Amino acid sequence: MNTEPIGESSRAAHGPEGGGNHARGRGDLAATPLLRVEGLTKHFPILRGILRRQVGAVKAVDGVDFHIQEGETLGLVGESGCGKSTAGRVILRLGEATAGRIWYRGEDITLLKGKPLRSLRRRMQMVFQDPQESLNPRMTVGSIVGEPLLEHGVAKGRALAERVGALLESVGLAPNYANRYPHEFSGGQRQRIGMARALALRPEFIICDEPIAALDVSIQAQVVNLLEDLRERLNLTYLFISHDLAMVRHIADRVAVMYLGKIVELAPVRDLYGNPRHPYTQALLSAAPGHDPRVEARRERILLQGDVPSPAAPPPGCRFNTRCPKAQALCSEQEPAWREVRGGHSVACHFAEG
Amino acid sequence: MAARGAPAVDGRCVLDVEDVRTRFHTADGVVHAVNGVGFRLHEGELLGVVGESGSGKSVTMLSMLGLLPTPPAEVVSGRARFDGVDIMRLGRDALRQVRGAGVGFVFQDPMTSLNPVLTVGYQIAEPLRAHLGFSKAEAWRRAAELLDLVGIPSPASRLREYPHQFSGGMRQRAMIALALACEPKVLVADEPTTALDVTVQAQILDLVRKLRRELGMAIVWITHDLGVVAGLADRVMVMYGGLVVERADVEALYLRPRHPYTRALLGTLPSVTGSGNGQEARKRLPSISGQPPSLTTAPAACPFAPRCGHAFARCWRENPPLLKVAGGHEAACWFDVEAGAPRRQRENGPA
Repeated sequence: MNTEPIGESSRAAHGPEGGGNHARGRGDLAATPLLRVEGLTKHFPILRGILRRQVGAVKAVDGVDFHIQEGETLGLVGESGCGKSTAGRVILRLGEATAGRIWYRGEDITLLKGKPLRSLRRRMQMVFQDPQESLNPRMTVGSIVGEPLLEHGVAKGRALAERVGALLESVGLAPNYANRYPHEFSGGQRQRIGMARALALRPEFIICDEPIAALDVSIQAQVVNLLEDLRERLNLTYLFISHDLAMVRHIADRVAVMYLGKIVELAPVRDLYGNPRHPYTQALLSAAPGHDPRVEARRERILLQGDVPSPAAPPPGCRFNTRCPKAQALCSEQEPAWREVRGGHSVACHFAEG
Repeated sequence: MAARGAPAVDGRCVLDVEDVRTRFHTADGVVHAVNGVGFRLHEGELLGVVGESGSGKSVTMLSMLGLLPTPPAEVVSGRARFDGVDIMRLGRDALRQVRGAGVGFVFQDPMTSLNPVLTVGYQIAEPLRAHLGFSKAEAWRRAAELLDLVGIPSPASRLREYPHQFSGGMRQRAMIALALACEPKVLVADEPTTALDVTVQAQILDLVRKLRRELGMAIVWITHDLGVVAGLADRVMVMYGGLVVERADVEALYLRPRHPYTRALLGTLPSVTGSGNGQEARKRLPSISGQPPSLTTAPAACPFAPRCGHAFARCWRENPPLLKVAGGHEAACWFDVEAGAPRRQRENGPA
C-alpha cells in the first residue's frame, strides 16, 4: 500500500512551506507533515422504513484536505454542525471514514486495525469539550488518569501512582487529588484532569475539541495558557477545534474555516484575521463581538440571512450560496475550486479576489 | 450618553429593585446565591448584567419574578417596584398578570421554555387571549404579526408548526415574539443568544436593536459575554459572588473599569481584531488565578479578595459596599485602581 499521497492533486496543494513559516520554527519545514488528510469524508446514513433502506446521508464531513506540521497548532473553526468535531473524531479513528485518506508521519492510517491501531492511539489523544460528561463519575481521579497507563501496560502499582501524581502536577493540580472524585472539582479543574489523562501516554498529537467552551470566562484563559505551556514543554502538536474565533487567533498558527462539511478557507492566523477572503469567514469575523463600546456602536456588520442548510441536503454549487451576500448565478451552479490566493492562503470561492 | 438606537433615556424609572437576597438549601448545606442586589431600570434603557456562572445574575431576576422553586430556594428579602407596586409581595394570580403583560422574559434555551406538544401559534396566541382578552382569530392574527416582526418568513404557516420544526435561531425568535406578545414594559432576557451560533447571534442582536427602536421597551440583558453587551447596552452592572461589584455607563465600564474583577475579566479576553501581525496575540493571556467563591456563607469579606492582586487587610475584614467612584459609576472595592492606593472612604458611605 502507498504510504505517500500519489502525486499532488491541486486541491491538496495547500503550500505547506507557506504555512510552515508561522509554525514556531520547531520541526523541519520540508519534512513530512505530522498529519495529512485528503478528501476526508464522513457520511452518516439516513435509514427509513422496516427494511432500514438508506434513503440519504448526512454529509457531516465532505471532502476535507489539510495537513499539520509537527509542533504546529492548526485551528479548525466553524459553527455547530459544520463537521469540525466529526472530522476530529475520524482522524483519531473514533469513527470510520466514508472516503478519503489519513496519513500520520507519512503512514496511511485510514484503515489501520488491531495492534498497529492500538499503538497509534498512544501517540494521538483527545481533550473533550465537556469535562463533566467525559469523566466517569464513579472513578477516582487517580484511576481516570491512570487508566490509559494500565490499559497499555505502561505502569502499575507504585510506579503508576507516581506517574499519576506527576501528571496531575504537570497540569497544575495537587498529586493528592488522585483519591478524589470528579464531582469534587470545578469545571476548569475537571478540564485539567481530562488533560492529564490525555497526556498519560506521552502523545505527540492532541485534538482539542472545544476544550474551553464549557468553562467560565475567567477560567478559559487559565486552561489556554496551560495548553500553550504543555505544547512548549512536551513539543505537542494540536488540532484546536473551536467556535471561538478570538481564542483560535490566540493559540493557532494556521486556521481552517469549515462550513457545511467543507473547508472554505485556510490561512496563517495573520492572513485569515487580517485579510479574510471568503465571504463566510468575513461574516464570521464581523459577527464576533468586540469589547470596545465606541467601536461596537458604530460597526457595520455583515448579517447573513437565514440558517445553515441541512447537511443532509447541502445546496448545489457553493454550499454557502444560499446565505452569501456576494452570491451570483454561477455560485449555485458550480462548486468553486480550492485555490491558493497567496502563499499558504487558500480559499474556495469564485469571487475571492486574488 | 447616546442610547443604542433607542429612544432617549428620559430617566423615568420603570423597575426599581432593592436588596434581593436568595439562598438555596441543598443537601450539601446552604448556598448564598444572591446577597443584596439592587438596580434601577429606566424607560427605554438596556441594562446589561454581566457575570460568570454562579454569580447570581439569573437567580436575582428569577427571585424578582417569583419563578424559583421554593424549596430549595428561599427568597430572604427584596423589593421590586414595578408600576407602583412591589411585585415581590404580590400573590400568585396578580404576579402572573405582571409576568404575562408587564414583564416579559426570554431564556437561554428556547427548547426548554417552549412546550414541545403545542404549536408555536397556540403558545403565542394563548397569553394574548388570557391577558388581553383577544378572540381566537384576533390572537392568531396578532401572533402572525409578531412572528413577522421578529423576522420569521411566511409567519402564518409557521404558526401551525411545532417547536422542533424550528431551527435554534428561529426558536429564539419565536421566544422573543412570545415575550413581546403582550407588549411588556420590561423585557428580561437571560443569556438569550448563548446557545446560538455567532452568525445567528448577530441576527438576533440586530433584531433586538431594531425592536428597541420600534417599541422602546426597557430591557435587562443577562449574559456572561462581555462582547455582546459592549455593542448593546446603555448601562452595565457586573456581578460576582451574588453581589453587584461594579455599575456604570457602558463606555465608562469598558474603557475605565474601576473594579479589579472587571479589569481582570476584560484583560483575559482575546480579540479577533488588533494590529494583525499576530504577534501581540502570541503573548500569554492574562488570567485570573483561583476559582469563583463557593458561597457557603454570607459574604463577610470581599468575595473577590482571594483572587485579587490589590487585596489588603481591609478587604478580608469588611465587604465593600458599592462606592461612588465617578459620576454614574460605582464600584464595590476598597482599592482605588486608578490611584494605585486604598480608597479613602468614609466607613459607611454607599453611593
